[in-house]
Amino acid sequence: MATVTLKVNGKELTVDCAPRTLLVEALREHLRLTGTHVGCDTSQCGACVVHVDGRSVKSCTMLAVEADGAALTTIEGMAQGGELHPMQAAFKEHHGLQCGFCTPGMIMSSTDLCARSATTPTEGEVRHWLEGNLCRCTGYHNIVKAVRAGADGMRGGK
Amino acid sequence: MTTTGIGASVRRKEDRRFLLGKGQYTDDLVLADQTYAMFVRSPHAAAVITAIDTAAALAAPDVLAVLTGADVAADGLGGIPCGWLVKSKDGSNMVEPPHPALAQGKVRHVGDPVAMVIATSKAAAKAAAGLVDVDYDVLPAAARLDDAVADGAPRVWDEAPGNVCFDWHIGDPALTDAAFAQAARVIEIDVTNNRVAPNAMEPRAANGHYETATDHYTLYTTSQNPHLTRLLLGAFTLKVSEHKLRVVAPDVGGGFGSKIFHYAEELLVLWASRRVGRPVKWTSDRSEAFLTDAHGRDHHSVAKLAVDASGKFLGLRVHTYANMGAYLSTFAPAVPTYLYATLLSGPYDFPAIYAEVKAIFTNTVAVDAYRGAGRPEASYLLERLVDKAARELGRDPVELRRQNLIQPDQFPYQTQVALQYDIGDYQATLDLALAAIDHAGFPARRAEAAARGKLRGLGISTYIEACGIAPSALVGALGARAGLYEAANVRVHPTGGVTVFTGTHSHGQGHETTFAQLICERLGVSIDNVEVVHGDTDRIPFGMGTYGSRSLAVGGSAIVKALDKIVDKGKKIAAHLLEANVADVEFKDGQYRVVGTDRVKAFGEVAFAAYVPHNYPIETVEPGLEESAFYDPKNFTFPGGTHLVEVEIDPETGVVEVVDVAIADDVGVIVNPMIVDGQAHGGLAQGIGQALLEEAVYDAEGQLLTGSYMSYCMPRAADLPNFKVGNHVTACTHNPLGVKGVGEVGAIGCPPAVINAVLDALAPVGVTDMSMPATPEKVWRAIQAAKKGA
Repeated sequence: MATVTLKVNGKELTVDCAPRTLLVEALREHLRLTGTHVGCDTSQCGACVVHVDGRSVKSCTMLAVEADGAALTTIEGMAQGGELHPMQAAFKEHHGLQCGFCTPGMIMSSTDLCARSATTPTEGEVRHWLEGNLCRCTGYHNIVKAVRAGADGMRGGK
Repeated sequence: MTTTGIGASVRRKEDRRFLLGKGQYTDDLVLADQTYAMFVRSPHAAAVITAIDTAAALAAPDVLAVLTGADVAADGLGGIPCGWLVKSKDGSNMVEPPHPALAQGKVRHVGDPVAMVIATSKAAAKAAAGLVDVDYDVLPAAARLDDAVADGAPRVWDEAPGNVCFDWHIGDPALTDAAFAQAARVIEIDVTNNRVAPNAMEPRAANGHYETATDHYTLYTTSQNPHLTRLLLGAFTLKVSEHKLRVVAPDVGGGFGSKIFHYAEELLVLWASRRVGRPVKWTSDRSEAFLTDAHGRDHHSVAKLAVDASGKFLGLRVHTYANMGAYLSTFAPAVPTYLYATLLSGPYDFPAIYAEVKAIFTNTVAVDAYRGAGRPEASYLLERLVDKAARELGRDPVELRRQNLIQPDQFPYQTQVALQYDIGDYQATLDLALAAIDHAGFPARRAEAAARGKLRGLGISTYIEACGIAPSALVGALGARAGLYEAANVRVHPTGGVTVFTGTHSHGQGHETTFAQLICERLGVSIDNVEVVHGDTDRIPFGMGTYGSRSLAVGGSAIVKALDKIVDKGKKIAAHLLEANVADVEFKDGQYRVVGTDRVKAFGEVAFAAYVPHNYPIETVEPGLEESAFYDPKNFTFPGGTHLVEVEIDPETGVVEVVDVAIADDVGVIVNPMIVDGQAHGGLAQGIGQALLEEAVYDAEGQLLTGSYMSYCMPRAADLPNFKVGNHVTACTHNPLGVKGVGEVGAIGCPPAVINAVLDALAPVGVTDMSMPATPEKVWRAIQAAKKGA
């Protein structure tokens, strides 16, 4: 067994798990943070994206022990004080989700993109960035609109 | 219209929980004392099981049980049933082979479950599954459609010679022969509709809980259709009275058809829970999903179109082979028959049609309904054929279609293949789509692309579909073994809140918002005061789930019927309160009013009176305000429209870029335009995916070559453009809302438009045929072959 100490959504937490435990398993099964989803077994779908020390990571590609000491943000940590994060709000406003299963991964990937960009990413940049996130419901049309609006929202604009 | 009633793009009520990561999908649920199941699945497409040794697995740490087909048989579990019976043209019943939940004697496709391991952790179950020792005597397989119908092909089932499940037909052969005899030209096409995997992003999961103390079973499952699952569990597989069975489909992460059906795992987790005395959960991984979720499409057809000298369609003759897979899934026989061949008239005026469909068993996972189910196969065949006719006749493909479309004054229109279309305006959607894509400007865009070394093409498809499959009497006559109505219960609470219980199921379609809009519009209550409940057989009177774009047309109509009863009962209460005759009371804008006076009672006051009956007509009206309704439609609904796709092909690489998509659909009255557009977008992505990227490929031995996202190409954001979506409304004539259905329009109308665009682009280099998916390699090879041939 391994003991992993994580700061998840601002809280210090300890997970006792087998060394082979994936980060996504530690989140979902040990910490019961089930907003992070598993949609494939080959790291292609992106439903499991979380932030590790501020950068988006597919939590199925990382062992929990590799994240020891890291600060994690999951979808559960995005809204503050009952207020949706601007990216979450943009997804709602622009109908960027349908079944909602890929949505947490989409939000986590998109906020990383927009935090890295000095300006609102272009449509092409958004589409390129999202190559690691599959959605089967929306055709991406509204997701792309939502991400660009969310980028504006993150900078306090409209 | 209120700002939240019919016609308003209300933002979705369900979004908040999904955005916060607080959705509750089946795999998110962990029950007290939870255990985990792992399946041992066949690595062979066809084999005799000669021995199964479970001792080592049973002795592994934390393992509670290892179960096999022998245990299934000993406990008397029923096989997985098929919900449709199709008869061959000679009157004989289809071959309906057994489908045991765990294989007995033989395995018939890769992934066929052989044993089930239950352990206290997922890891332990997985480790022990590897210790189950199965001896197989491998048999030759009939894996691919064309191989399975070849002379001397191995038989998937001894009782099915030639691997034929049924040999069915529709239409009038003599009338069609006569039409072809008069033809000036006959155009022929040979088309394959590629096999695809539905790929809901949430893999299937099932969690079964048997309560010893009460002898009750609860199943949490990723289902589009929880009541049907309960019905089949009760009557056929688990064989337990329905009052002891609860099926809950909580948040479901997409379905697209693949989650309609009753799967063996749903039965097995309940049964295993009874055996081990603890809840048992199984969650598919993606590779398992590719092997075990029902696939879609997989038709091979030859079709002929007879036209007169002016280009008018005289007749259509179609021969189709449809792959069923090894076992008959719940809806499978209905798909290539009643959902496919009945749509072969498309939006066109055909005086004669004859179609034959042979359903074929193969050593592959079952093929069943996938987004559109039969309608995409019909649309693809017809729209490729019409385009080919235009090319051979030297006609403009738009004008040839316009000449043959059913005219607005021809409705109701009786087709030659059973259906009667109630209403439509195909010219209007055609014109809208042409304007949206700037059809007139296309030659200039093509020339500009050519100057950059690119081949640009414009493809068209005019299509029709049938939604809200019904009525029960008709589908019963056609072989359905269940009714196809829908149920609703509307409960008005004393202080004005409303809960709607619907038998449909939302797995992304936004019912919690759309259905709430119906209540809001009709009763004048705030949308925040309406809650929509679905997916739990203990809470809802009954239901047939969501598929075939039936939710609003059938489920919404059931809600409207229940609302009618609510309004009528309220009228009696209001009449008493207002000291008026019932006949003099009208209900409008949330108020009961004595006609022609200012004497009114708000709906909320009447609801309150119903529950606090102090001044109440108790002798004639029961207290309370809650009504149920079952709605059985008179007919299908018939959405239709035009899809236009513009592509650019790089001849050096064969890459096809979809540069523009403009569609105009007639989906009937629109309740929430934002949600309707979103449904169209999703269908378009799946249609473009099928046309350009996706294919489930089995090799000759029955191994699935495309068993993960590393090898099955899903459409990604960069593969798709933005979509121009327009609508023209003709209201359905036979349901109270005038709605038709939208969920499948993209998957039906789009694939032929894409391939027609590809062929339009490639025409200048001499390529005349292209099969789906038009991958870069296939396109490049076609270009090279054409160059060599030239």
